[in-house]
Amino acid sequence: MSIPTDLKYTKSHEWVKTEADGNVSVGITDHAQELLGDMVFVELPQVGDTFTQKQECAVAESVKAAADVYSPVSGEVTEVNSALADNPENINQDAFGSWLFKLKPSNPAELEGLFDAAGYQALLDNEEH
Amino acid sequence: MLRKTPLNQTHREMNAKMVDFGGWDMPLHYGSQLDEHHKVRQDAGMFDVSHMLPIDIKGANARGFLRQLVANNVDKLSIPGKALYTCMLTPEGGVIDDLIVYFLSETWFRIVVNAGTADKDVDWIFKQRDAAAPGLEISPRRDLAMVAVQGPNARAKVWQVIPGAKAATEELKLFQSVTLNHFFIARTGYTGEDGFEIMLPAEESPAFWKALHGEGVAPAGLGARDTLRLEAGMNLYGQDMDETTSPLESGLGWTVDLKSERDFIGKQALLDSTVTQHLVGLLLLDRGVLRSHQKVVAQHDGREFEGEITSGGFSPTINQSIALARIAIEIVPDEEVHVLVRDKKLRAKVVKYPFVRNGKVLT
Repeated sequence: MSIPTDLKYTKSHEWVKTEADGNVSVGITDHAQELLGDMVFVELPQVGDTFTQKQECAVAESVKAAADVYSPVSGEVTEVNSALADNPENINQDAFGSWLFKLKPSNPAELEGLFDAAGYQALLDNEEH
Repeated sequence: MLRKTPLNQTHREMNAKMVDFGGWDMPLHYGSQLDEHHKVRQDAGMFDVSHMLPIDIKGANARGFLRQLVANNVDKLSIPGKALYTCMLTPEGGVIDDLIVYFLSETWFRIVVNAGTADKDVDWIFKQRDAAAPGLEISPRRDLAMVAVQGPNARAKVWQVIPGAKAATEELKLFQSVTLNHFFIARTGYTGEDGFEIMLPAEESPAFWKALHGEGVAPAGLGARDTLRLEAGMNLYGQDMDETTSPLESGLGWTVDLKSERDFIGKQALLDSTVTQHLVGLLLLDRGVLRSHQKVVAQHDGREFEGEITSGGFSPTINQSIALARIAIEIVPDEEVHVLVRDKKLRAKVVKYPFVRNGKVLT
């Protein structure tokens, strides 16, 4: 699958989308869902929780394993995607369309430090060797 | 260097996601572990289990040797082809491995042991042979491939592929086997569904696998094999029992024959032991996924007991998480316990297992 160019990425395989209101949506990448296999449970943060960059903030569990999701930037949770509780397989079907939570970034400059699509692709290419 | 089964190339051709499983390069899934699981429960799936090792034991006193080698009583095997599930124990009563013994004739028994333990098993068996029955011939059979075809339609699909198989196996009961030309066909499995485990010459296995695929049998990987066996309440060596645990505290008491006069390795240790723990089933009431090594806490008559999950996971058939846990014998089905998952205490119900058999949810 191609990597969307309108998103930013982390080394720990989260994607980040900046919305019109300045908040960011966060999900896990297609590569991450493929590694994990069939998703069966997502533990989401609560609205109002605050995280610093790279802090554990959610858990994605597949039949195989539990994987921590790290906050790509610092900020406060403004919304969570509760629909994933009943349909965690949505992540397998459309990883880049299945956001887990939204954050109001407290330090928007952190966004500049994330990978763009080309940078993330290079990371994946490296992992394969 | 990973070891490969005779079907390795075939798995790759079928786009398997391969993983290192105890030194073997094995298929984890062929796309979706959940789909493979459901296919086995509802129709038919096939597993490459050639990493497991058949060992032939041949000679005049094969039965006498097995009487003392394993904890279940091979004297239960009277009809040729009959199979017996058993543990092989250390003198201290720990589980070296769990295995199936097939009785082929008075001078020929076949056992099938786990992949991860095969080397130590073979060493142990040779050592016992040298001490107790030096005339016996012990032959590890890496020349054989093994395919498990499982599911409600598994037998019918095998009948389409092996000429003469229907006539030869239609009357087979559970835990019986027959030899048909190059095929050794046993009505056994590790999924809780009907089906066969079939041994055949390694070089014939790719064509056999493809023929089954042509009949609509879904290739299934180790991922589905684990969720199926957990739903079926079947122990996994290395998780639910090992050399440090007693079979009597691992849900395997039913496989240990302490009634007959027969002596066997580990018997005295078991007779001298006090059983304080047992395996129970857990059904998670809260959302989440139970995993092995998570702590279980139970309140019972004003006392607190701690236990541990030995195997846990998501049950695709029940659509909830289930587990096997080792805990004090005071804790019995229908009690509610807590499982520590990360920073949370999740509620779980103690239940009888198996959780699922022949496509039906039992809990």
